[in-house]
Amino acid sequence: MGISRRQFFRTMAGAFLSLSVMSVLPERLFARWNSGAFKAGKLDDAVRELYGTLPVEDSSAIELTVPEVADDGAFVPVSVSSGMPGITSISIFSETNFSPLVASFDILPRTRPNLSLRIRMAETGKVVVIAKAGDRLYRTSKLVVVSVGGCG
Amino acid sequence: MKVKAVAANEVVSVKLLIQHPMETGRRKDQGGNIVPAHFITEVTASHKGQDVFHAEFGPGVSRDPYFAFQFDGAKAGDMLTISWVDNKGSSEKSDFPIVAM
Repeated sequence: MGISRRQFFRTMAGAFLSLSVMSVLPERLFARWNSGAFKAGKLDDAVRELYGTLPVEDSSAIELTVPEVADDGAFVPVSVSSGMPGITSISIFSETNFSPLVASFDILPRTRPNLSLRIRMAETGKVVVIAKAGDRLYRTSKLVVVSVGGCG
Repeated sequence: MKVKAVAANEVVSVKLLIQHPMETGRRKDQGGNIVPAHFITEVTASHKGQDVFHAEFGPGVSRDPYFAFQFDGAKAGDMLTISWVDNKGSSEKSDFPIVAM
């Protein structure tokens, strides 16, 4: 006699389960903290560690909201949003920090490119945002005058 | 971890506050000794088994990280799972209900 109906469904369920586990695994394995990018001392090096050597262009399609003056560099509110389609990643940098990369967000299929975060700024300098869409990087930046540095 | 997740038209707005020292590894204590780096490295949010948010943080994120994001495709009454891990391997994972606006 061949395999029973119950056996058949068990086998199929097992196969389906392994498939779904396998489809999740690669993402989990590669979702690792990018220590090279976070430890880079220069903004350009951090960008290269994150995104390789993709072309970068300045873009007004990324909206960056920061205060003109931050009294306390330990808590500088930053908001980023964009209507640009196809964004897969958004990263926030503080140019004058010891390590400029502050945070990097995956824009997953269900994530909206609309984020806010409080960051530390060592001193007066530019907050730079880079968004990746397709094989291009889009950059926008704004100067924040910091009264008291927030990295000490 | 304090989380507020509000749904409006299948778009969920999430605000989070995670209590964490976010030590940069460059600060000195009163005795002049360097306080070792201690900061959150990754935050993930998932809804019904699918990741809807993933961020990597460095020590440039402020103490007690407070941040906000939005995602699609969930409604009030659903649960949102949020987890974080730090550079010393500490972590936290909790479920939060999504509420109506």
